[in-house]
Amino acid sequence: MLQILMGALSLGLLWAIITIGVYITYRILAIADLTVEGSIVMGAAIAAFAITNGINAYLAILLAFLGGLGAGLITGLLHTKLKIPSLLAGILTMIALYSINLRIMGRANISLLRVDTAYTVFENMGLNHMSSVIVLGLIFVGSVTGILYWFFGTEIGCAIRATGDNPQMARAQGINTNTTIILGLMISNGLVAIGGALIAQSQSFADVQMGIGSIVIGLASVIIGEVLFGKRNFYVRLLSLAMGAITYRIIIAVVLRLGMPANDLKLFTAITVAVALSLPVFRSYLVPIKKSFKRGE
Amino acid sequence: MLDVKKVTKIFNPRTVNEKIALHNVSLKLEKGDFLTLIGGNGSGKSTLLNCIAGVYPVDNGSIIIDGKDVTNLNEYKRATVLGRVFQDPVMGTASNMGIEENLALALRRGQRRGLSWGISNKEREEYRELLTTLGLGLENRLGIKVGMLSGGQRQALTLLMATIKKPKLLLLDEHAAALDPKTAQKVLKLSDRIIKENNLTTLMVTHNMRDAIRHGNRLMMMYEGQIILDIRGKEKQKLTVEDLLVRFGAVSGEEFAEDSTLLS
Repeated sequence: MLQILMGALSLGLLWAIITIGVYITYRILAIADLTVEGSIVMGAAIAAFAITNGINAYLAILLAFLGGLGAGLITGLLHTKLKIPSLLAGILTMIALYSINLRIMGRANISLLRVDTAYTVFENMGLNHMSSVIVLGLIFVGSVTGILYWFFGTEIGCAIRATGDNPQMARAQGINTNTTIILGLMISNGLVAIGGALIAQSQSFADVQMGIGSIVIGLASVIIGEVLFGKRNFYVRLLSLAMGAITYRIIIAVVLRLGMPANDLKLFTAITVAVALSLPVFRSYLVPIKKSFKRGE
Repeated sequence: MLDVKKVTKIFNPRTVNEKIALHNVSLKLEKGDFLTLIGGNGSGKSTLLNCIAGVYPVDNGSIIIDGKDVTNLNEYKRATVLGRVFQDPVMGTASNMGIEENLALALRRGQRRGLSWGISNKEREEYRELLTTLGLGLENRLGIKVGMLSGGQRQALTLLMATIKKPKLLLLDEHAAALDPKTAQKVLKLSDRIIKENNLTTLMVTHNMRDAIRHGNRLMMMYEGQIILDIRGKEKQKLTVEDLLVRFGAVSGEEFAEDSTLLS
């Protein structure tokens, strides 16, 4: 059981980075960005290609980040400059990335078994693979959380938040909402690509199919985090994302343990997210009286 | 300060729904002018304001603010010299951000936004003083989310945000129309005070005749996309609702009373 929990923790920490990326678009910008499904693979593909060609694993993660920024930029330009609805813009980039990722890798799958990955440093210190993933995962989640906490408190960060909150107001305050939307999409997909690069190295392969369903997993983690750990302030929210991602992995590990076929996982996740997203509707049926009290009617 | 030259705006051109919202509209405001713009539904008063703010591009004509031609400038670029308050109290502020964060966004209007903190401690003191002048007790609730405030409080805050940078032109788009009568009068009074203190050039759209007469030094009436009355100076001071109704009838050849919203 401990082994399962440790496994869920390690995978959850890596997915936490992706979850934070999804949060930036879904909650801060109020856009459901499907680019994620492609940029997670792009991160894995770039890292795998770079590492197998002898490039340092950390440099490879940086390259993956840059690739993710590019993917976000494309979606952003499609949405803001060419006025394509955000959902469709994300789908277009996602589909385009499938071909691009195949080109980067040269084939559908790259093995990372016999090369030095980002975890090798820790393994050389005597940690086993899973502990190495947890240590590096903690370092990444900690730094990303800290950097984003700072960033969204800066003038640009506040402008991005205002754009997602009320674009009309943002423009009236002199904010170029096209720029802030593009910037948000870039940062989001950059983080997702880092997550993809770290996941590929931890599972020792990159696969062109590995992104399928990732947006739903990201959303599930965001929502679980919000429900279980609250959204009192921004710092708590950022931490709750990591906790949500880890909790999601624990739930999955438990239901698999209870005998659910692995093939049904995506169905299970989709249903979980659908239920969680429709909670407000159910709530409005259940407590109309309480609500009207609140409004003072 | 504001020079609108022969502006035409057509919605849905070349379709069955084509509507000429503005037809060759010209108006000129001097520095310190406070114009109330009145008209019925669909008369073009809000369209004119939105064209000045850059929300809609114009089909013809030009708009000059403080000697600068802004006709082809984006909405966010024009915001540098404008202050705006909207009809819907929800429109002017970011609900999920704090009072001080909203004010900080407004204070940086027209400046490059960089990586320094979105809000400084020094500013906080200024905000506290500014909010104290509203007399709403908001000065002790700087961090509270704007979504928690009432409509009147939000409009008062939006007014502060619109005027914090001393705009060349203040645009008020029926900003008291969505409030209850008592709150509406408070917000209008507050607007008057801020405009006077800062000698702001102002354009206020309203569909309430009494408010249009009571506020400002100039009054214009719009009808079917054109300005049909331009009243200023002494004449404006002596104006009554009855005068306005008679003059409207004379110019448009219609009974004003049909448009009940104008008589509220």
